[in-house]
Amino acid sequence: MYGLGLIKGLGITMKNLVIPNRQFNIYQYPNKRATPWDLAKINSSKTLPFIAKNPITTFKSLVGLVNVEERLPQHPNFRGEEFAWYDNRCTGCASCAKYCPLGIIKIVTGTSGVNSQEGQSYDLEVFDIDIGRCMFCGLCVEACPYDALHMGSGFEEAQYQRSNLVIDINKLKSAEKKPSTWFRPQLVQQGHDPITGDTADWKKVGRHEKPSLDDQSERWAKR
Amino acid sequence: MTQISFVQLIDFYTFYDMFYSIFQNLGFEKSSAWMSYIAAGGSLSFLAINLLVLATAFYTWFERRTIARFQVRRGPNRNGPFGLGQPFADVIKLIMKEDTIPSEADKPVFTIAPIALLAPTLLIITVIPIDDSSFLATLNIGILFIVGITSVNSIAIFMAGWGSRNKYAILGSMRGAAMLISYEIPMALGITSVLLIAGSLAMSEIVAKQEIWFIAVMPMGFFVFMASATAEMSRTPFDQIEAESELGSGYNTEFSGIKFAILFLAEFMAPIVTSAVVTTLFLGGSQGFNFLPGQFWFVLKMFVVIFALLWIRSTWPRLRVDQIMGFAWKILMELGFVNIFLIAVEIAILMDPVTGILTSQDMLIMAGINWVFTIITLVFLANFLGKRNYDRPDPVPSPLANMQPKGE
Repeated sequence: MYGLGLIKGLGITMKNLVIPNRQFNIYQYPNKRATPWDLAKINSSKTLPFIAKNPITTFKSLVGLVNVEERLPQHPNFRGEEFAWYDNRCTGCASCAKYCPLGIIKIVTGTSGVNSQEGQSYDLEVFDIDIGRCMFCGLCVEACPYDALHMGSGFEEAQYQRSNLVIDINKLKSAEKKPSTWFRPQLVQQGHDPITGDTADWKKVGRHEKPSLDDQSERWAKR
Repeated sequence: MTQISFVQLIDFYTFYDMFYSIFQNLGFEKSSAWMSYIAAGGSLSFLAINLLVLATAFYTWFERRTIARFQVRRGPNRNGPFGLGQPFADVIKLIMKEDTIPSEADKPVFTIAPIALLAPTLLIITVIPIDDSSFLATLNIGILFIVGITSVNSIAIFMAGWGSRNKYAILGSMRGAAMLISYEIPMALGITSVLLIAGSLAMSEIVAKQEIWFIAVMPMGFFVFMASATAEMSRTPFDQIEAESELGSGYNTEFSGIKFAILFLAEFMAPIVTSAVVTTLFLGGSQGFNFLPGQFWFVLKMFVVIFALLWIRSTWPRLRVDQIMGFAWKILMELGFVNIFLIAVEIAILMDPVTGILTSQDMLIMAGINWVFTIITLVFLANFLGKRNYDRPDPVPSPLANMQPKGE
């Protein structure tokens, strides 16, 4: 007997419509189905008093009708927006700009007062990253020889205008430093996790300390 | 009849009398006749268009939510309670967007196409008898008017594809024109079977003749009409015009801004209007129990038809181009002809030759015969078509398939 498959399919979709349990199996960002324990934690009370106080909500959550807004679990290696850039480590070598496949990093440097052999420092006048065209490949981070540039951990940075998507040097300087552990094994070793809100200062993020001026003169000038 | 009725609210001549008295009081002696004619028509069209557009806005929300539930998703649920603000957000977004016209486009055709697609849909609703009277015109050739008006759709879709000078658009609209023209024939055949029993082209006459709803009297006619109507408004499983997986977006690929909004509106208005036509032809129009007004029953039946269309849309996959055309020409048209022949024979036997009246008893006999006929035909067709062996060419192996490293 042919043609019954069409009717069978209609029956399946109708079951989907009618049976509520099929609907709430979905885990959809940013909602999460909450158990009574979760609810108690959110309302910062203990579980048993919470259940005693709100029996209806507890029952609903047991059936699966209560949804809480929550972020999806995010890996610390996540390559997000808002690059973490460390002024103290950057020498203005512009490796990131050279390696960027889209050419969206713009660096203009000027002469600096501090000038030394290893890791010559320039004054950065312009450091623009056009995030609107960035594809978050992370090649700039891989190219950085001094671990000055790191991927960020944020997302949902929608703006009303394209010009707002360009991150300039002041934004980079003032941004909260939550570097992703992408291509940074030292951060993984330290157990750094930007999602929990850890910030990292410039001393923590490098593979090695930036050599002091004395070290440099010992290593290079008095060689 | 103690039926509550809102007929007076939407009847053309009530409006006419109202405006006539107003203009008389204002002092227009002779010219008040034509002035009130224009004023009544204008205000009623304004009412009808706005009602329909608003209904379409909520229908888009309903469709997205319902299909999402059918397919174990959620649908729009962020904007307002249950996502009810979503249609308005969509409309505002579309209107604010830049209205681009491709530089190579045929600009007048490109500009007129959305309007040409929307206008027939709006015109149809004016002749549909919601309760005893319709919005604007109680035509005595109502159903013929509808058949004539809907064929403008194929021209509009072809205009949209041709004007935008885009290969996906032209492919979609070529397919669409072929499909729409093909499916007009079975649709007309389905309507003809209704007309045979009703004996009138007027929509209100057809409703009045349905002592037993025509869906019960001739299920085959209903099947043929519904299938071809679904194709006419190009919805799944017949959405060849904008087959997203094949054609980008089909005929509306190049449209943006307000033009796309109008195309979208026409596309989503079609199910509402079609369900109104189906309700009138097959589901007994505004007939119902007397404790509620006829408009309520009409809208309820429309809702049921819309829901059935959504159910089918959310479940069945899209047919291939050749399958669609073959279905129209090889199956639906024959079914329509056989159905008409059967009903004509039944009428010739059962109808009282002197008075020309079909009693409800006669209709019940017809219903019995037609149901048996329909079920046997559909089961036979399904098995016949299912077992058929398709002549498929053997796949030609790619020349790259034989390239192997030497020594193996």
